[in-house]
Amino acid sequence: MLLNIKNLHVAINGKEIIKGFNLGVNYGEVHAIMGPNGTGKSTLAAAITGREGYEITKGVIEYKGRDITELTPDQRANEGIFLSFQYPVEIPGVSMINFIRTALNAQRAYKGHDPVKPAEFLKIMEEKKKLVDIQTRLTKRSVNEGFSGGEKKKNEIFQMAMLNPQLGILDETDSGLDIDALKVVARGVNSLRSDKNAFIVITHYQRLLDYIIPDFVHVMWDGRIVKSGGKGLALQLEEKGYEWVKELVEE
Amino acid sequence: MKTIQKHNRLQSSLLSSFPQRVKEVDNHSAISVLRQKAFEKLKTTGLPGNKDERWRNSLLTAIFDREFLLQTKAEPYQKSINELFECEIYNFHAEIISMLNGHYYAKDPDNLRELDNGVLTGSILTAQKNLPELFDKHFGRIGDYGQDGLTAANTAFFSDGIFVYVPDGVEVRDALQLIKMVNKTGNPFVVSRNLIILGKSSKLVFMHCDDSINHLSAFINTFTEIFVDENASLELYKMQNLNDETALLNNTFIRQEKDSSSKVNVITLNGGKIRNEINVDLQGEGAVTNLNGVYLMDKSQQIDNQVYINHLAPHCDSKTIFKGVLDDQATGIFNGYIFVERDAQKTNAFQQNNNILMTSDARVDTMPFLEIYADDVKCSHGATVGQLDEKARFYMMQRGISSEDARLLLMNAFTSEVTSKIGIEPLRISIEDMIKKRLRGELSICDRCVLHCSVPDKPVEF
Repeated sequence: MLLNIKNLHVAINGKEIIKGFNLGVNYGEVHAIMGPNGTGKSTLAAAITGREGYEITKGVIEYKGRDITELTPDQRANEGIFLSFQYPVEIPGVSMINFIRTALNAQRAYKGHDPVKPAEFLKIMEEKKKLVDIQTRLTKRSVNEGFSGGEKKKNEIFQMAMLNPQLGILDETDSGLDIDALKVVARGVNSLRSDKNAFIVITHYQRLLDYIIPDFVHVMWDGRIVKSGGKGLALQLEEKGYEWVKELVEE
Repeated sequence: MKTIQKHNRLQSSLLSSFPQRVKEVDNHSAISVLRQKAFEKLKTTGLPGNKDERWRNSLLTAIFDREFLLQTKAEPYQKSINELFECEIYNFHAEIISMLNGHYYAKDPDNLRELDNGVLTGSILTAQKNLPELFDKHFGRIGDYGQDGLTAANTAFFSDGIFVYVPDGVEVRDALQLIKMVNKTGNPFVVSRNLIILGKSSKLVFMHCDDSINHLSAFINTFTEIFVDENASLELYKMQNLNDETALLNNTFIRQEKDSSSKVNVITLNGGKIRNEINVDLQGEGAVTNLNGVYLMDKSQQIDNQVYINHLAPHCDSKTIFKGVLDDQATGIFNGYIFVERDAQKTNAFQQNNNILMTSDARVDTMPFLEIYADDVKCSHGATVGQLDEKARFYMMQRGISSEDARLLLMNAFTSEVTSKIGIEPLRISIEDMIKKRLRGELSICDRCVLHCSVPDKPVEF
């Protein structure tokens, strides 16, 4: 199993947000996590990636068979965990190229590899840019600076393609995307799917799951999973709304 | 009414030593007349104290009670400063002008050196003797010795200084680089005064480097007047890499005539207490100035930048951007003054100061002062004090970049807004390299020139 989260409890400023969360993800699988706003979906992503201020009060996050809750965010990234941010951060003064190269070389160094050669780096970049239609004018700019909402999301997938993680977490990647951009992003993700990696797709709406077909759908409510099923569950949810989940919980 | 500060040690010894001092220097010249006036000024105002508005948060005043060595003699010339102190910038050649302990330091110090096209460099004292007409036309007319007690003390006591003259129409090919060093025990008060004259439509790149080559303490008081005649262009770099025991007061007065331009870059990498006062008089219509500053301070260092832009004629542009990082208990002051004269219509003035505080003990005081008497002007200013962007840092770490590297990348990005404007490519690369080294903590021992980056360490001896 690639990821095994057991009885996870996460608090922010002493307030418990995740309350007994369990999830197992195997290589080659795509898991969708759905749920209304404020139910802890993004908190889950933050806890897996080790963001400061998200305190794990109970439970474990096992990744490749070991608990990673003590690892720093960069160590977790170097172990192959990638988060596509809901709100990608603008970093004025740091060029996209410098950023990606620094990240790639950090990950290579972690694995004991030499830095990538400039020519090779450019070749990889050209190849991956095509995957999500990233224009050269964007890679020459500062990270995310002046990018449109759609460009920022494409840029996340582009970075994911460059770093080739084993666990990709997509946090509300569909928010703020028009249908064409959504298709491009989904195509990018699908082309990266293999039996050597897995994805967790966090989304509010079923729409994205028309293009990134999940193997499992989980419904989150008040900090834990209340219902799991196949891809059909997303459609059911779309049809019946989150009120239906509320009723399920109350039963 | 202004109250005179309680006499401190430095002030007392300046006052008592002046009669002797004035005997030693040239008589009946423009210099000695001004010395006497400046001394009277010093006597009445005294050295500045923290009650003076312009010196309110300054830590420099705290050193006035120390014992200083006032008399400094010129060192006999032994070998070129290049042999003592190598400064190489890859792909960049500069003509070196050296000063040691406040004295012009050259093989032939009593003559002016003539470079191509009639460009002259040398000691300010020699210039006064050899070129009295040109000298008197500018000396003491650009900078105000009476600004405060320290500028007065400078004029009354300066031992020497450098003189540069660029004739009309001459574009100086190589940059001139002034390397100033102090190598003297006993806590010297090193006082020098410079005069730089750019003729009409001339062009000069001038680098003013203050470096320490040891850990000896000193108080350096420098006063520089620069005249930029019509249509001339000045590019001035102030590089400061001093030890923690050194205090530096750097007064720079620039006067610009019609359609002239100046670009000033102040790079402060290290130093105990550094105060830069830059005063630009935009005297002629259409004059343009760009002032950029970067400062990186830590431990209990203090950086104090006082920028005065005086728009005295219509259609002048000024743009000031100072950015700094303060770590540990370091403190910073930025006071930005923009003065717009009544006739200076169509003025365009911009001022910005941004600071990053790395710790809760670091502190910065930043204040804009705008005084505008014209009604058709565009003036804007902004200041920020903040921490490193933690969201950006997490974003980088999530991609595998270590916390430390993320911090360095962010700080470097912060300063690059200023350094990216340096037009001379090899210089920009060198300065950015030095800033990176400084941010990585590799410049903590400041026994080398600020641009001394591609050369292995060399022992320095006199």
